[in-house]
Amino acid sequence: MSANKIANTQSKALRTISILLLTILAFTGVAFVLGATSFKLGLDLQGGTSVTLQPRIEEGQTGKVTTEAIDQAIAIIRQRVNSLGVAESEVSAQGSGVNRQIVISVPGETGRRIVDLVGQTAELRFRPVLAEGAANATSTTTDTRTATLPAGVTPELNSQFAALDCTLPQNRQGGGGGSEAATIVSCDRAGISKFILAPAEVLGRQVTKASAVINTQSASGWYVVLDFNGEGTNKFGAMTSRLTTLPPPQNQAAIVLDGLVYSAPRINEAIRTGSAQITGNFTQLEAQDLANVLKYGALPLAFDRGEVQQISPTLGADQLHGGLLAGGLGLLLVVLYSMLYYRGLGIVSVGSLGVATIIALLSFLLLGEWIGFTLTLAGIAGAIVAIGITADSFIVYFERIRDEVREGRSLKSAVETGWVRARRTVIVADAVSMIAAVMLYFFAVGGVRGFAFTLGLTTVIDLIVVFFFTKPLITFLAKFSFYNQGHNLSGFSAKSLGVVQKSVVSTGEDK
Amino acid sequence: MAKLSGIGGRLYRGETSIDFIGKRRIWYSFSGLLILASAITLFTQGLHLGIEFKGGSSFIVTSPNASVSSAEAVLSEAGITSQNIIQKIGNDKVRVQTEALTQVEQAAVEDKLAAKFGVSVDSIDSQIIGPSWGKEITRKALYGLFGFIFVVMLYLAMAFESKMALAAITAVIHDVFITVGIYALIGFEVTPATVIGFLTILGYSLYDTVVVFDKVRENTKGIASSGKSTYSQAANLAVNQTLVRSFNTSLIALLPVGSILFVGAGLLGAGTLKDLSLALFIGLATGTYSSVFIATPILAVLHEREPAMQALAKRVGSRGDKPVAPVFVSNQEGRGPRNQPRRNRRR
Repeated sequence: MSANKIANTQSKALRTISILLLTILAFTGVAFVLGATSFKLGLDLQGGTSVTLQPRIEEGQTGKVTTEAIDQAIAIIRQRVNSLGVAESEVSAQGSGVNRQIVISVPGETGRRIVDLVGQTAELRFRPVLAEGAANATSTTTDTRTATLPAGVTPELNSQFAALDCTLPQNRQGGGGGSEAATIVSCDRAGISKFILAPAEVLGRQVTKASAVINTQSASGWYVVLDFNGEGTNKFGAMTSRLTTLPPPQNQAAIVLDGLVYSAPRINEAIRTGSAQITGNFTQLEAQDLANVLKYGALPLAFDRGEVQQISPTLGADQLHGGLLAGGLGLLLVVLYSMLYYRGLGIVSVGSLGVATIIALLSFLLLGEWIGFTLTLAGIAGAIVAIGITADSFIVYFERIRDEVREGRSLKSAVETGWVRARRTVIVADAVSMIAAVMLYFFAVGGVRGFAFTLGLTTVIDLIVVFFFTKPLITFLAKFSFYNQGHNLSGFSAKSLGVVQKSVVSTGEDK
Repeated sequence: MAKLSGIGGRLYRGETSIDFIGKRRIWYSFSGLLILASAITLFTQGLHLGIEFKGGSSFIVTSPNASVSSAEAVLSEAGITSQNIIQKIGNDKVRVQTEALTQVEQAAVEDKLAAKFGVSVDSIDSQIIGPSWGKEITRKALYGLFGFIFVVMLYLAMAFESKMALAAITAVIHDVFITVGIYALIGFEVTPATVIGFLTILGYSLYDTVVVFDKVRENTKGIASSGKSTYSQAANLAVNQTLVRSFNTSLIALLPVGSILFVGAGLLGAGTLKDLSLALFIGLATGTYSSVFIATPILAVLHEREPAMQALAKRVGSRGDKPVAPVFVSNQEGRGPRNQPRRNRRR
């Protein structure tokens, strides 16, 4: 290798390192601009409640869990959880199709209220409307002008109705929906109006079929068709024939799912055939949503508590400190060992670990911002384990270089030939690590998934660091006589390599 | 440390050599014995599965007067007597594990625990796993285990020649048996975190095997024509040459795992960190052992059966060269006994 070429490799090495450092700096800038300055912590580190629900058909019912039903259930539970008003609470589905579980996480809050609330079965009911008003707290029943309350409305209910403010999310919590036989005050789902509703006359289970249809003949557009079973036909017939003669708003029947009014159509005529249409200026989406609500009500899902976890903020903080302590300790031990064993080369190892740590922390910040990555205890453990795996790549390379030097090469050329061989080993080994991480990610349940994610992420970081930092850095350092003359502390001394000659051959020419 | 480095040089040149392959019967019988013991304990004792797999409830109460006996009193008062495990964690925590409780039973136990230890109900950390959910988790964990082994085998079969893949896979299965055996024997609790840690370590153990096999491949290239040493001898030299590397990589990997174990078991008591790191720790140890003592001897034996290698062994044997690798003393240039052609140097 000519002196010229070596100089070339070295300036290239310096350039590679600078590019990597500049890229890191740029991403730090991005994180700063995005305001991603703190890690998103999982429930196990900040405390909170997590509930995994397994949807199933209620006992005594026949039928199958459908994808639509689970979608609907998730929407209902999301509504309930949002009404709690806890920032960053989440409702998500895990798994696929009808085998999905619903995972609810509410950070910072522990208590039975949450578990009780989310696990209730959402029932669908048809209730005659007794009174309707605008959503805000001041509006009262429409009949106050005549000072008589509608039939079935007690003064108590009336004042409850008057006080109800449906614009507040916490008043649109849903959850069960009260007893069928009770007269209730209720909000509509969107928070536009509020109602006093009579006891339920037709139940969701009496619906047999519901679908959204389009009328291509007339201009009426999308509408919803629903069919009732025998019992439902009788009850719906009776309800409609009574209500259709009443003045508004009492000629409406509200479709109430989980205690919230989804729609309150006016009854045009007595419907005794057991098949009804709901028309209105529906868009396709609105019609389908309403049909789904009715379908869901026909076969509401019950939820089994799969897993309930309540972690107090104290335990969360303990776990966070534990994780950080273990990480710091692990890093320190690895650094100490590399310095003791590899001496001068240890600096390379420590520097590379430092860069890897910075990249890892930066990725956690940015991924938290971009894909909602949260750091869990298992995730921290994954990152700590990765310290060892990352350091292993350096060792594979270092030992390779030392082998080449034992073969009699000069350090400068050993760095290059050793790299060619070490590179392959590092890539194969990282590929095995990556396969492990991907498999773990897909098969892992719940919390430990974070472990797989950080393990995979740090494997990629390992490759980046080894290729764009460790290797160029060694190439660069190889030009200093401290290293290439085999100084006692360089990690390449004749003594530490166990070779006989006094110093590592470095005649400038590789034999 | 310097001494160890010196050993590295001697191992590299074959001056100091440990006969891993020749003495394989010793390692085989040692492993065989361990596997037999594993199988017996697994069938008689079984694994101690965590509540995540079998369903159950777990409560952790943090209180200065936490004690096992008062927690026991609470449970018997609540009428929950079967399958209870009560542990003291650290100075101020007590962990109570019971069978899967209903919502009502759970509330009752929490209320009673809170009253007994004088803490608020909300400060009790609880985890409830329904029995059917436990089955689901078990199913997923088993899928993960078998899926992982399958994919890794596939990868190895593609990345390595078939004999190396076979040897590596045997080593992996060996690790699975021994680790599971250790868990059954000592009665450590198996949780999803254990399974994850265990799978990770399978990957890691392969990493180690990969490093050794890479060197074996390099040393045995063109071996048939050179006629200097048998496949076994060349492979043994490779193991010796990578011994320092194996030792270093394993130790470095063990350091962070050890610190997680220290914090997880020592400071936090129980939970994810402890389960993960314990599995990693045990797996790392068996993984390193198997790549040196099991995988390479198997590989050598598989290759020695090839006619070409048998012929080579005969030739090498008839020359009367005794021990393992060719003896070599470093000359002024320190060139080593490599059995492969010299690389073309760039000029």
